[in-house]
Amino acid sequence: MAASSKPGSPRPPPSSSSSMAQDLFNNFSFSKTLKLKTKQQELLIRVTVLTLIYILAFITRLFSVLRYESMIHEFDPYFNYRTTLYLTKNGFAEFWNWFDSESWYPLGRIIGGTLYPGLMLTAAALYWVLRFLRFAVHIREVCVLTAPFFASNTTLVAYFFGKEIWDSGAGIVAAALIAICPGYISRSVAGSYDNEGVAIFALLLTFYLFVKAVNTGSLAWALASAFGYFYMVSAWGGYVFIINLVPLYVLVLLVTGRYSLRLYVAYNCMYVVGMLLAMQIRFVGFQHVQSGEHMAAMGVFFLMQVFFFLDWVRHLLSDAKLFEAFLRITVTGAVSVGAIALGVGTASGYISPWTGRFYSLLDPTYAKDHIPIIASVSEHQPTAWSSFMFDFHILLILFPAGLYFCFKRLSDATIFIVMYGLTSMYFAGVMVRLILVATPAVCLISAIAVSATVKNLTRLVRSQSQAVQSGSSKGASTAKSSSKGVIDNSQPFQRNGAIFLLLGAFYLLTRYAIHCTWVTSEAYSSPSIVLAARGAHGNRVIFDDYREAYFWLRQNTPPDAKVMSWWDYGYQITAMGNRTVIVDNNTWNNTHIATVGRAMSSYEDEAYEIMRSLDVDYVLVVFGGVTGYSSDDINKFLWMVRIGGGVFPVIKEPDYLVNGEYRVDKGAAPKMLNCLMYKLSYYRFGELTTEYGKPPGFDRARGVEIGNKDIKLEYLEEAFTTQNWIVRIYKVKPPKNRW
Amino acid sequence: MLRFALTLLLFTLAFGVLSSSPVFSDLILAKVDRRIDLTSQIVRITTSLKVENAGSNPISEILLSFPENQAKHLAYLTATLNEGKGKGKASSGAGLPTEVVIPKDVPDSLTFYSVSLHKGLGKGESLLLDVLAVFTHALEPFPEKISQADIQLLLFQDTAHFLSPYKVMVQSVAVKLPEARVESYTKLEGTKLSGSELKYGPFHNIPPFSYLPIIIHFENNQPFAVAEELVREIEISHWGNVQVTEHYNLFHGGAKSKGEFSRLDYQARPYVRGASAFRRLVARLPPRAHSVYYRDEIGNISTSSLWGDSKKTELEIEPRYPLFGGWRTAFTIGYGLPLRDFLFESDGKRFLNFSFGSPINELVIDTLIVKVVLPEGSKDISASVPFPVKQWQETKFSHLDLVGRPVVVLEKNNVVPEHNEHFQVYYKFNSLSMLTEPLMLIFGFFFLFVACIVYMHADLSISKSSASYLAKVQWEEVQATVQQIHNIISHCLTAHDKLEASLRDLSRTGDVQACKATRKSVDSLLKGVSKDLKPLVTFLQSSPQAAHILPKVEELIAKERDLQERLMAKHTTVVDCYEKKLGGREIENRIASNQQKITSLRQEVDDLMEFIDEI
Repeated sequence: MAASSKPGSPRPPPSSSSSMAQDLFNNFSFSKTLKLKTKQQELLIRVTVLTLIYILAFITRLFSVLRYESMIHEFDPYFNYRTTLYLTKNGFAEFWNWFDSESWYPLGRIIGGTLYPGLMLTAAALYWVLRFLRFAVHIREVCVLTAPFFASNTTLVAYFFGKEIWDSGAGIVAAALIAICPGYISRSVAGSYDNEGVAIFALLLTFYLFVKAVNTGSLAWALASAFGYFYMVSAWGGYVFIINLVPLYVLVLLVTGRYSLRLYVAYNCMYVVGMLLAMQIRFVGFQHVQSGEHMAAMGVFFLMQVFFFLDWVRHLLSDAKLFEAFLRITVTGAVSVGAIALGVGTASGYISPWTGRFYSLLDPTYAKDHIPIIASVSEHQPTAWSSFMFDFHILLILFPAGLYFCFKRLSDATIFIVMYGLTSMYFAGVMVRLILVATPAVCLISAIAVSATVKNLTRLVRSQSQAVQSGSSKGASTAKSSSKGVIDNSQPFQRNGAIFLLLGAFYLLTRYAIHCTWVTSEAYSSPSIVLAARGAHGNRVIFDDYREAYFWLRQNTPPDAKVMSWWDYGYQITAMGNRTVIVDNNTWNNTHIATVGRAMSSYEDEAYEIMRSLDVDYVLVVFGGVTGYSSDDINKFLWMVRIGGGVFPVIKEPDYLVNGEYRVDKGAAPKMLNCLMYKLSYYRFGELTTEYGKPPGFDRARGVEIGNKDIKLEYLEEAFTTQNWIVRIYKVKPPKNRW
Repeated sequence: MLRFALTLLLFTLAFGVLSSSPVFSDLILAKVDRRIDLTSQIVRITTSLKVENAGSNPISEILLSFPENQAKHLAYLTATLNEGKGKGKASSGAGLPTEVVIPKDVPDSLTFYSVSLHKGLGKGESLLLDVLAVFTHALEPFPEKISQADIQLLLFQDTAHFLSPYKVMVQSVAVKLPEARVESYTKLEGTKLSGSELKYGPFHNIPPFSYLPIIIHFENNQPFAVAEELVREIEISHWGNVQVTEHYNLFHGGAKSKGEFSRLDYQARPYVRGASAFRRLVARLPPRAHSVYYRDEIGNISTSSLWGDSKKTELEIEPRYPLFGGWRTAFTIGYGLPLRDFLFESDGKRFLNFSFGSPINELVIDTLIVKVVLPEGSKDISASVPFPVKQWQETKFSHLDLVGRPVVVLEKNNVVPEHNEHFQVYYKFNSLSMLTEPLMLIFGFFFLFVACIVYMHADLSISKSSASYLAKVQWEEVQATVQQIHNIISHCLTAHDKLEASLRDLSRTGDVQACKATRKSVDSLLKGVSKDLKPLVTFLQSSPQAAHILPKVEELIAKERDLQERLMAKHTTVVDCYEKKLGGREIENRIASNQQKITSLRQEVDDLMEFIDEI
């Protein structure tokens, strides 16, 4: 649907003028209204196409709702959902001051001061508006549909952005491309209630408003862009990208001699107001003036003032030589003052150095060596080529073409989109999840390529067809046709080539639409809470073990029970199980996580001491040996060892490896076979036959027979195991009586 | 066990004293047959009494007595007259009215229910009375905690003698057990255990208030599903649907489980290791139930199946995990029903006729709350329930409600399947009120569109004199002018086409006069056009906003004029030639140079037109 609407949509229907030309003696007023109608028709078609794209962007993200149910996906969204629930129940003040004692036991977490509240406030506002309009919706439905709703809005922003940097045709193509681009869909399907869902909208909106401000030099647009930036800061930590890209862009404009008063107004207003607004977010606070990551923006801000000052001085001084000397002194002075200020600030500790995450963006190998907890997350891995292809498909080819068109028609706006595209592509190569940030840029630049190409080709085709038409109409006499024939013969190849290329473009776009739909349906619409597989007879089998376990925890454990698990499941346990956890996905305290990692990788008696000291009542492990579910705790175990070993040197990674190899069968390291995680995962697994023709205790996730089948637990007992053994919960026994 | 012994002792003492108290009335129970059904978690005692009036006064009420430990578990009591030996049920069908009474001179530990007869029982007359008493939580698990592999054993205690304020001539007790396996039971004279049935009696000539305790310790692995609280919400929509939503808060009321739960054992031999657990429940929904769902707080539960035929719809649900003793779960089931099956009209009032209890089989409900949500605007609401319930009203806000929907709330404790009787809620409702909500929606959208139209047409600029505003206004004027010019030129072009067409006609028909006529009309038209163009162009020249498009416009006009002149010249030439009857080749030679120019000019004009159109 999208592909078919794309090539034809940006142009007004060509038939109108010719059909109208039939009647010579039409009076003017009548034809005038008709002519106005053509304009309106064009508008109508554009609005219709945009509406269709808007709807398409929404419904293409509903696969998961239709296939599963209206539910929250993955890990982080559960935290967001829980906080949104709290916000709607208790109001904003309570939410802002919320100290959550249910996570990070016994430390607790100050929720209000350690999150980006934009998403929750947005969902709550939508909820309140719907309530006010008398729609009795459940907050869960609002949360589930927030991401698709904002994806739809993003298509509108993409349209306006495309219109601003190129023309309305490119805008429409950009809207259509971004509506179904898998790179964006991966984070915005229904149920994926995460910060990125609204943040990409905010990011693109900020950029659009800023470019608009630079193009117009209008204070109003700059102010709007500052507010867009504020929304972005409130929604996602990725705002750092904006606050570094915008100054970089300004710097490039300055260097290339494109400084103008428009730029001065836009940047200063956006920076100052945006900074002040951003400080209102507690989690961000004074970082804009104190953190190394934000210093570039400030430096460029002062540089702008120097430029302005110099401009003014040049205006006053008519002598060029004098100005030259003045320029040299001023620039040297300004640069040295800036350098000294930065040096003093860093040395005195007023300006904090770059964080590990920022370093790992600039240097992809940094995290692997220094911060195992960042490196352990799969979405922080460097991107493989295949995933670029998977997420961008033909856009990957169109992107360079678009860059070519941008360079051909260089303006302030195209420079911006080029810079955005290139930097974000670099970051997308560093981290898988940052493909998301690159997606809008890639879509916009590709849209320029598509739109410009299609426009050129159709112009060719149309002019030819007109010439042929007029030629044939005049071809009554043979001389006319012969004189006409010169032109006709010179260009048939061009014309056919244009038609052929148009068909090719149409075919490519169709493939793109098909690919996007397929990817969305196959790869990005699984809630990952509910696992689906094909049974022996081709029927769909659902493994709902996670919820089975969480609901068991919720119903059958004391309300104040503390559950220890690896941090991945923390958010889900608090949200669905409603029980206190030791660590969760907000990995703010590395030591605490390392303690859990240490407990998991110790012998049972040592682990018991740690668990007693943490007041743990239940231990939850995820185990895929029965179903062949590979992202279970045994496969994550080495990260537990590494993170635990990073803080507690008693845990050494080589103890768990045999000749550098990680194994769980008979040849595994003795420490591995007797550590807590191994015991809890494989307790009584040795008696179970998982696959026909295989010995009992055959681990289907790793394809080996386990090495330790006779596991006895002394300090823990099995409390619950789900139907497919995916989640196993153990109860920590109370200390033995003394007599 | 200790508690049992104590209670027994107490009873023996109490009745020892009572045996000397005066006879209650002149009634004699000639024959008492009791059947105790212990096959499920609900204890049902069916007693058939043959009552004789041995005194002289007619008697209109019969007293039934229950010991304290039974009375507090009594959920349901009904007495029916059994007239005619052959047919079981009484003529009236409905039970006789029963109520709690507190007669004088009886110990507190006994609770009395009096059954009122429709007509008094005269001297020497007799009647047959069937009494059904249903008890919940009357079976005590013993041992109280069992492990996963253990079977569930229960204790039941009752009296072998019918506890009654009247003298009983002949009586017997039959106890039906779920399984043949009985751990132990009180052995009395003539006790017989055959299969899963245990028989006591017959006993003869037992005095009033005689109590002979019996205890049965037996195996029962039936599901002990107890709903701690069940909230049923029945929402009526006059658009043709009754939506029922039931929130269950369920636990296993049998022996508590202790120790490990091993999934391995449970999977390998579910009926041995996990005999006391239950994993599924069956709900019998009314026929034509649709849109059935089964979910809990954290989402849909996928393990359920549904069958349906014209008599019923059967929903089998599996909780997320098997329920062992003491384990709890909570879930919600919901379904829609066609309105016409449940809503009727009588005396200008509508009434809902719906069953009171839960559709789930053999479920004990500790607290049942039934909420009937009536449509917004219902009046004169009243409910009629066949047994005493707590009753009050609330309001509920749902989609598009302004004042809220009235809700009738009925609450009852200790509910058993026998309570699945129909109750009625009467109310008045004007059918026109149905249209409020659609109308609200229509008006909402209407005002939205009106607001859009107003916004598009209203000028919302704050300052009408600011430079940018003026520039905008001027630019709009320029655009309009350019548009007008575009229109005019396009008319000229159509005129040109007309001329060309006339030339073609000429070459075909040779009708010079028609061609000349066309030429005349086109001439006059084009003359008017140039007059129209002049003020527009002068306006453009005066406007600073138009500076950058002015050259293009002027070029267009010039080109068009050129084109026009050449076309005219061509036309004149051709017509002349025709008048001079020159040959086709000659004509072509004459206009050839002109023709080439015309084609290229036309091309340029078209390009310019397109450019201007895009402004």
